[in-house]
Amino acid sequence: MDLNILWFLLVGVLFVGYFVLEGFDYGVGILLPFLGKNDVQRRVIINTIGPHWDGNEVWLLTGGGAIFAAFSGWYATVFSGFYLPLFLILLGLIFRGVALEFRSKDDNPVWRSSWDWAICVGSFLPALLWGVAFANFVIGVPINAAHQYVGGFWNLLNPYALVGGVISLLGFILHGAVFLSLKTTGSIMESAREIAKKVFPFLLGAMVIFVILSVVLVNFSVLAIVVASLAVIVFLVSGWMVRQNRVGLGFILSAATILLSTAAIFVQLFPRVLVSNLNPAWSLTIYNSSSSQYTLTIMSIVALIFVPIVLAYQIWTYWLFKKRVTEKMKLEY
Amino acid sequence: MNSLFLSQLQFAVTTVYHFFFVPLTLGLSVLTAIMETLYVQKGDENYKKMAKFWGKLFLINFAMGVVTGIVQEFQFGMNWSEYSRFVGDIFGAPLAVEALLAFFLESTFLGLWIFGWDRVSKRVHLLAIWLVAIGSNISAFWILAANSFMQNPVGYGLENGRLVMKDFFALLTNQYVWGQFPHVIFSGLVTAAFFIIGISGYHLLRKQNLDFYNRSMKIAVIVGLIGIVGVIIMGDSQSKRLVRVQPMKLAAAEGLLKTENPASLSLFTIIDADAGKQMMHIELPSVLSFLAFNSFDGEVKGILDLQQEYTQKYGAGNYIPNLFMSYWTFRIMVGLGFLMLAILIVLLVYIMRKQSLPSWKWLTVLFPWVISFPYIANSTGWLLTELGRQPWIVYGLMKTSDGVSIVVDGGEVLATLILFTLVYGVLMVADVYLLVKYAKAGPQENDLVVEA
Repeated sequence: MDLNILWFLLVGVLFVGYFVLEGFDYGVGILLPFLGKNDVQRRVIINTIGPHWDGNEVWLLTGGGAIFAAFSGWYATVFSGFYLPLFLILLGLIFRGVALEFRSKDDNPVWRSSWDWAICVGSFLPALLWGVAFANFVIGVPINAAHQYVGGFWNLLNPYALVGGVISLLGFILHGAVFLSLKTTGSIMESAREIAKKVFPFLLGAMVIFVILSVVLVNFSVLAIVVASLAVIVFLVSGWMVRQNRVGLGFILSAATILLSTAAIFVQLFPRVLVSNLNPAWSLTIYNSSSSQYTLTIMSIVALIFVPIVLAYQIWTYWLFKKRVTEKMKLEY
Repeated sequence: MNSLFLSQLQFAVTTVYHFFFVPLTLGLSVLTAIMETLYVQKGDENYKKMAKFWGKLFLINFAMGVVTGIVQEFQFGMNWSEYSRFVGDIFGAPLAVEALLAFFLESTFLGLWIFGWDRVSKRVHLLAIWLVAIGSNISAFWILAANSFMQNPVGYGLENGRLVMKDFFALLTNQYVWGQFPHVIFSGLVTAAFFIIGISGYHLLRKQNLDFYNRSMKIAVIVGLIGIVGVIIMGDSQSKRLVRVQPMKLAAAEGLLKTENPASLSLFTIIDADAGKQMMHIELPSVLSFLAFNSFDGEVKGILDLQQEYTQKYGAGNYIPNLFMSYWTFRIMVGLGFLMLAILIVLLVYIMRKQSLPSWKWLTVLFPWVISFPYIANSTGWLLTELGRQPWIVYGLMKTSDGVSIVVDGGEVLATLILFTLVYGVLMVADVYLLVKYAKAGPQENDLVVEA
């Protein structure tokens, strides 16, 4: 296997890690003001992701760094071309991160509810906009011969991309609701499960629309269709499991749905990384936007050593904090 | 609208702001780890209280550092896409390694540290804070290795109009990063030391929690002294390096117009670069040569001669950085460095004689402001480093004006610049509010309450 393909896979793995892990953090954040009926409940909700959110976010930083290191042409074109959406994602991440740390460090109710809304909106923005961005990767954007994005801001908010955004938004809300019903007890657990059940049909609807639009607008490869269909099947099973109150399995399948959906996008893109809708020859690929073989070799060695180590200690901390969070516990956040 | 200037301004605002939080994270993680080590070794609950109290202030600061750091990684591509395209083969690698080796380590184990007081053994908990400290300080190495390439490019080749990496180890052994990295690590220790000294002094002068703050002060003064000596030694080695790799930055920092041998150290200069003359100056003969070469003679090149040399080498253009900023940021940084050394020596004398600080009214009011000294020195140091490199974004290889994004227009940069500034302003108010609140409140008894 050549190194360009290896790095395309690794970037895919990093974004899968990011969406699966931060996905439920975003869901939990969005649901916070609606599910938490009083201050203690809100603290319980925040504490379910307390030990993990920062480590989860590093998957994004590593994914971004990996794109920069391995496909600097892709990094340069996307980050400058998607300027305003990325800025909004940054604003969201800034507010949310600070809010999680600051929120419970003062008793003033206005202080607390302000930060709660910062967590909510700060989770909402990236949850929505990553779907918009990835749908745009697939449908194609105006990239010129010099590999510059020439479409402006509103072009990024085309209907196809917006449906993609709705899917990632609802998907993360569902993922977060299932996570919460797994990590809490009593009334929070029950309302979280109710929300998961309510979101399910809307998300299914959005997925159906997305599939129809994809068939009409995008020339999907057979393999991508197979992976996307698998995602839908796994999604249906996860909904069924949640309905049966088998939440643990439901969560695993919800994670698998996110994994398969992300995989479907990467499979569809391959070997491109950003599709030009002006001229297919102008698309960015893993070859024309990549770094040198020397850099890819060095980075491969580093990644093959350290990715397993990171996985090992992150899994260990999840295992360490596997208990449900209750109102009687000492709440750090 | 000119997106170049606005992008530069945005980079300055977001980076200086980010670097308000970084040095304290670097240093206070180590100091908190030292306190917890004392707790585990001696079994004295007072040290646990210290680790918890200073650790809480560490966390408030850490969150700000994390979220403003994400902006840094994104904005190379957002505002400087042509730079990223040109140099990404080299510059992207240390950023990715930084995230993989350092950010995962510090963030995962910080989560364990915050939430794990009662879940893991004392030793594992202690290991967690050390891993946070190691992770933070390793991250500094990788980002500085990237910055050092911009200051002093090494191990590269030029292919199809792009830089490509030829030697990864040259990047890691770049002489520039081995000046910068220790300088930054030591200044992190100094920042944390003065943070603790300022807050401890505040309480000691008010006779509150004497035992707690005396112990904190003692640790901080020792670590601070080690730090400031390291900062000064590494700073001195930086100027010896500059005379070879970036003579223009040194000449600008010194306001040295014409080449001199031996060169004098300027104490106060007002320059009119256009007219090519010094309006006013006070100087110490031969001292600059000594700083640059450890010898009282040695040629230090002047701004005007370097400008002429670079015009011949790189073509017509202005190769002189902002002289006012270069000159004064250098003086403020160095001046504060020696002032901090003096303060630490005085405090050490008090500690050795087991005396308490004199309770003069003005001292009680002014003492906490010592906290600001390392912050000002850190910021001016970076301003000198980055402004002194201009007009280059990669020294000798790419000008800053060629690195800016083509497709991002000035209006977009202006909008994000205004919003970043507003948001950062609001967050600074919240951050300072919390820090002051917890610093004034002092150690809490419930910090020691253990979950049933």
